[in-house]
Amino acid sequence: MTTTPALLQVGNLKTEFRTDQGTVTAVDEVSFRLAAGETLCLVGESGSGKSVTALSIMGLLADNGRVAHGSILFEDQDLVTLPERQLRGIRGNSIAMIFQEPMTSLNPVLTIGDQLSETVILHLGLSRAQARERVIELLAKVGIPRPEEIVDDYPHRLSGGMRQRAMIAMALSCAPKLIIADEPTTALDVTIQAQILKLIRDLSAETGTAMILITHDLGVVAEMADRVAVMYAGQVVEEADVFTLFDEPKHPYTIALMRSVPHISTPAGDRLASISGSVPSLLQMPTGCRFHERCPHAMDRCRDDRPELLQLSGQNRHTVRCWLYDDAAQPGTTDAKVLA
Amino acid sequence: MGSYLIRRLLIGIPVLIGVTLINFLIINLAPGSPADLYLTPTSTSADVVRVEAELGLDQPIFVQYFHWLVRLFHGDLGVSFQNRAPVTELLAERLGPTLLLMGTSLVVAYLIAVPIGILAARKKNSPTDYTVVGAAFLGISVPHFFLGLVLIYVFALELGWLPTGNMITLGRGGGFADRVNHLILPVAVLATATAANMTRYVRSSMIDAFGQDYIRTAKAKGLGLSTITNKHALRNALIPVVTVIGIDLSALIGGAIVTEQIFQWPGIGLLTIQSIGARDYSVLMGINLIAAVAVFGANLLTDIAYAVVDPRVAYA
Repeated sequence: MTTTPALLQVGNLKTEFRTDQGTVTAVDEVSFRLAAGETLCLVGESGSGKSVTALSIMGLLADNGRVAHGSILFEDQDLVTLPERQLRGIRGNSIAMIFQEPMTSLNPVLTIGDQLSETVILHLGLSRAQARERVIELLAKVGIPRPEEIVDDYPHRLSGGMRQRAMIAMALSCAPKLIIADEPTTALDVTIQAQILKLIRDLSAETGTAMILITHDLGVVAEMADRVAVMYAGQVVEEADVFTLFDEPKHPYTIALMRSVPHISTPAGDRLASISGSVPSLLQMPTGCRFHERCPHAMDRCRDDRPELLQLSGQNRHTVRCWLYDDAAQPGTTDAKVLA
Repeated sequence: MGSYLIRRLLIGIPVLIGVTLINFLIINLAPGSPADLYLTPTSTSADVVRVEAELGLDQPIFVQYFHWLVRLFHGDLGVSFQNRAPVTELLAERLGPTLLLMGTSLVVAYLIAVPIGILAARKKNSPTDYTVVGAAFLGISVPHFFLGLVLIYVFALELGWLPTGNMITLGRGGGFADRVNHLILPVAVLATATAANMTRYVRSSMIDAFGQDYIRTAKAKGLGLSTITNKHALRNALIPVVTVIGIDLSALIGGAIVTEQIFQWPGIGLLTIQSIGARDYSVLMGINLIAAVAVFGANLLTDIAYAVVDPRVAYA
């Protein structure tokens, strides 16, 4: 086990939403830790609880959502119980967020300069003039051309890629310790995606900022992550460092996910493997393991007993939520044969 | 922007001609003739023909309209059939009180509607919100004449706090306080419907704005609720609200006609009712023209306001 102090430690997080059909649990028993400067990728299908996890950390859940239990320790402060007022001092300051939709995430009636300077005026106490200087610097840093003109432009004059750069500049403006990026490139053209990812990676490396990157793109994971947490139906089913995860995926879902991505060596015309069935509805979670209905290795036990996250032996912080490895968690047994 | 305005103003000319022509035709379709006013029990049908000829009513309708149009371009709206006073003078005399009444009502309505609409939006689906929505529904539903009579009954007759009508106390008064006293009830009637309508627009527009991604961005910056509401949400919410101000003005003109009648407010509205009763066509045409210009002007102002509020709108 590494002993570096955690910057962020999420423990047993459970987030619920009140709906007309009753209370649904979107995120359940989610735990992970993040060291300073580390990049963690949250991977999973739509509806697996990635974004809700991020919004829970930020305290930005919709009105009908709440953290039912669990803790989110950020530098030893529990964000779940922290009063709103103190939380506001952290948001945009020590923890910043980059959203998926650059086209709608900026306010259409305020200038770029107006929107970016708000954060530095609020958290760093800069004057308007200083803030303007800082914003121009930041815009230049994220590669926006003619920053001294763009600062007075409205968002509609910028392309999607440029707007996402502006959002990144906004996130960086107070030198946060943690950036949460929720699918920052999903809405962008493929060529722009690569540029934006490189920008995020370079800037976070330069400033030593830790990052939670939410994505469903395994290519992005391979490119960006130090560690990866795979989410399925509101739970983390496997967490490992990026090399381990790609070399030795353990959870049947992770393995299936890897197989469903085309590889450069896949012959053209071959059908891609897909995962049969569909993600269970939040209202009708299967008992036992949430993946058992779609799992090729499901056993009787999977139908009835909920697996816990198991720490795999001999691995550096490699955890998996699967009964197949129940024995592997004890020293001296192997597991590879099961999935051969 | 300049060339856009000129174009809009030029388009206004055929619009106004069309509106006044339709009005002219409708007025002439109404049964009865202005000449009836001049009849006495001893009048003969020859007298009717003579009076109609004097008033120019014996000519074909389109010729009459053409004459009206020609005079209009000379700044002449004709004379009242009723009392031979020039229509322009009559209108000028009545315009001031109406503008005072409508202007005050509009300001009062917005001062009420914007904060209450914002409050309801912020407390969406709470008892506060339901109260506001219910009150707004009531305000839109209650007719001007009914609300006016209730207010007169309660505040003028029963409590005796306020005058029943008119603009000043006849014989004495005419001071500022006296005028304000007379203004309160008619403004209350006229502002109620406008405020109720506007509250609903502001509320739904704010709820829509609060649900937008940029509000989440603003929250993620650590901004407080008041900055988010007043800086980020309100400016966006006002864009659709601005649109209905132009539409609102037409409703306000209609409401003013009824309200002025109830409170005997000496404005254009009261003149309208009097002129309809007297079949005073020339005065009615003048009033129609003013109303048409007002609505046209309000819509033009709305479009200009659009460009001011929303940076994405640019006119060329």
